[in-house]
Parts: sequence; C-alpha cells; structure tokens
Amino acid sequence: MDATDNSISHLFETAVSGERRSLGKLLTIIERGGEPADIVAGLAHQKAGNAHVIGITGAPGSGKSTLTGRLIEKITKGGGTPSVLAVDPSSPLTGGAILGDRIRMDDLAGEGSFIRSMATRGHSGGLALAVPAAIQLFDAARYNPVIIETVGVGQVEVDVAGTADTTVVVVTPGMGDAVQANKAGLLEVADIFVVNKSDRPGANDTRRDLDLMLDLGHLSGLEEKTGYRPPIIMANSLEGEGAEAILTAIEDHRNHLSKSGSFETRQKQRTLMEIQNRLELLIGSTSSNALQSEAGEKILTEVLERNISPSEAAKSIASSIIRDLT
Amino acid sequence: MSDPQYRVILAKLGLDGHDRGIKVVARILRDAGMEVIYLGLRQTTASIVAAAEEEDADAIGLSMHNAGHLTLGPKMMEAITAAGLDLPLIIGGIVPDEDAAELEKVGVAAVLGPGASAEEVAAIVRDAISSRE
Repeated sequence: MDATDNSISHLFETAVSGERRSLGKLLTIIERGGEPADIVAGLAHQKAGNAHVIGITGAPGSGKSTLTGRLIEKITKGGGTPSVLAVDPSSPLTGGAILGDRIRMDDLAGEGSFIRSMATRGHSGGLALAVPAAIQLFDAARYNPVIIETVGVGQVEVDVAGTADTTVVVVTPGMGDAVQANKAGLLEVADIFVVNKSDRPGANDTRRDLDLMLDLGHLSGLEEKTGYRPPIIMANSLEGEGAEAILTAIEDHRNHLSKSGSFETRQKQRTLMEIQNRLELLIGSTSSNALQSEAGEKILTEVLERNISPSEAAKSIASSIIRDLT
Repeated sequence: MSDPQYRVILAKLGLDGHDRGIKVVARILRDAGMEVIYLGLRQTTASIVAAAEEEDADAIGLSMHNAGHLTLGPKMMEAITAAGLDLPLIIGGIVPDEDAAELEKVGVAAVLGPGASAEEVAAIVRDAISSRE
C-alpha cells in the first residue's frame, strides 16, 4: 500500500504543477473508486477551494456540449484555464459507454483547458463520490472555472448540478408548455436559464413560459427569499450566439453569491452532501458485508423460520454494524 | 469491479469524412463493455494525443478510408512516441494487406479490415491493450 501511496502523491505533485497526463491518471484512479480514490480525494481536498464550479445541465440533445465548447473557447481566449467534466451514461446492459461530448469541443484540446469525459458506470453511488473528488482535483490543479456537464435526469445529476456554485439549465424550444416548466425538479435549481437553438420556432414561447414560471416564484415569495431572479438568455450555440451573455450572467451570479453570503452556504451544502454520500455508502457496504457474513446467514435462517421478523433482524444487524464501525 | 474499464479513443485523422465504419466500431466496443471516447471527424495528431492524455486512454483507434494510411499512420505513431504515451494504436478501414504489414512494422498494434466480425474487433482491441499491461 505504501508504494501506491507514494506513486499517488508523486502523480499529485506533478499534476498540481501542470503535468496533464498525471491529472488524467489521477482522474482514472478517482473513477475506479476504493482506497486509492479516497487518497487522491484527500490530497485534492487540502488544496481545493478556489475554483468557481459551474453546472451545465439539460435534456439530451439540448446543446450542452456545444454551449460548453463555446464557453471554454471564450474563457481560454480571456486568459482563463477552464476544465470540464462531461458526464455521460453507461449502458446498463454491458457497462460500456460512448462518450461523445468532446466532438463538440474538439478545437480546444490542450490549449489551456482540460476536458475529461466520465461515464456513470451504472452505480450512482460511485458517481456521487467521483464527481466531487474530480471537481476538487481540477481545483487543486488550479483550473478555474470547473464546469460539470450532466444530463439533467436522475437524482444524482440534479444533486450534482444543484450543488454547483452556479447552475446553468439549458432548455430548447418545443420541450413542453408552462405546466412542464412548473414541475418541480431541475428547473428549480437553475441560477441561469439558457434557451438554446433560439433560431427554432417557439423559442420565444419557451422564454415566455420560463418568465411566467419565474413570476410565480415572485408571487409566492421565493424570489424575495433568495433576492435573486434567474436571467433567461437566448442562445444559438452552433453559431456562437449568446456565449458572451452567458458568461456575463455567470459573473453576475457569482457577485450575487459573494455579496449575499450564499457562497459559503453553497460550499457548506456541497460539503455536507459529500459527507452524507460517503457516510451512506460506507454504511451500505458495511451492511451488505454483514448480511453476507455467517452471522447474517444465521439471522436470515431465523427470519425464514419465522422466529424473528425482518424488522427485528434489521435492528439486530444494525446494532452489530454500529459496534463494528466505532 | 472485476474487469478494468478500458477506455478507447476513436477518431478520424485529417480530411477523411467517411465515418460510417467508425460509428459501427464505437457501438461494437461499447457493447463489449468498453468506454469509447469518440472524437469524430477532422482530428489532428496533436488533438488526438491531447485527448489521450486528458482521458487517460488505454488505446487509440483510427479509421481510414481515403488511402492516407501510409502517410498518417506513421505520423500518428510518431506523435504517440514523441509524447511518451505507452498505448496501442489500432487502424481500421480500407488498408491493403501489404500496407498493413508496413504499418505494423512502424509499430501499429493491429490493422482491421472490412471483413472483421464484431467479436474479432472487440477481441483485437482488448488483446492489444492487455498485452501492454
């Protein structure tokens, strides 16, 4: 284990001093999970805390990758060093994945930016650990901002997007009416709305529906509570229209965060969620180990013979896990 | 996880727009359980190397259909070596047998032709990667 420790800290040192390949390898370690991933995450955590984390999310095909490509183009031209973590789903049947986000950003490889594709690998629990660790690793390697691009379906994705410093939700015309926009979920976590493909028919209707939804938030007092109304930006990413306005809106939101003190709140929320996810996974794996142990088998037999109930069994296993963990 | 998750970069190098084959290969590798980082058309040796570094790829696959393989294949090999990357380069597409031998001489791990079955494609990629480990 010592040898691994040493090679990991060597990789980390070189990654932090700008060696891209080391950073690539560390991201692989994070993706694979387990003890080595925890070591990397621990090292990254010590050095992180400077980057602005931007979540970009929306339905498949809404133009997130193209938009992200436009943003990093502008950021690098302005002298910034953005990094992107593009999360795409793995096949639930084979575990394989086609990660195609780079096609939309291909002019940019190696020019001050860093793009990494990540597959969900079937287990949302793993993703919940890997994404925050990867964000902190980019941050430690002095990439700023860190952009997370995810498909906005599933709780983990909403969680990931929702705990970014600034969350950009990309919608396109023809995705549904005002009622859809009022459904709870992704739209609620938006700090900035982008109506992409604004040259398509219905783009203004989509804008109006979002505006109406935000008005209702105003009526119900939500807007007053946060002191912030998410802007709606029309964009045509393919043509590069709207990218500048989106960057300005991100900057404005950042200023709002630091003025209102929400920056710390979000940081706190994100850290809390990371601890909770780790705690739940730790308990989850400990309990499945306990179930598969000899004692677990014995308890199962007891339940099958109807000597004790499943809930009594669970409580009895829980108390033995607590003894093991502490 | 028992198997390490192989990550393979697939790209078309230069001005070759025939991308039907590479899309089929992407799907074959995905269905064989690999993660395919698909770069698509009009890549350069530099963009492919940069992607391989950032993605920590286990292999690079190039698809070639415009008879550029004897120029671009060795160029890609050179770029991989110059960057100090230790990963196999696999070329697929329309490559005559005598050219395939030439490419293998400069270090290309395998050349796949139109007749290759899905099983063969996946097995050759998997073997090319595992023989390096």
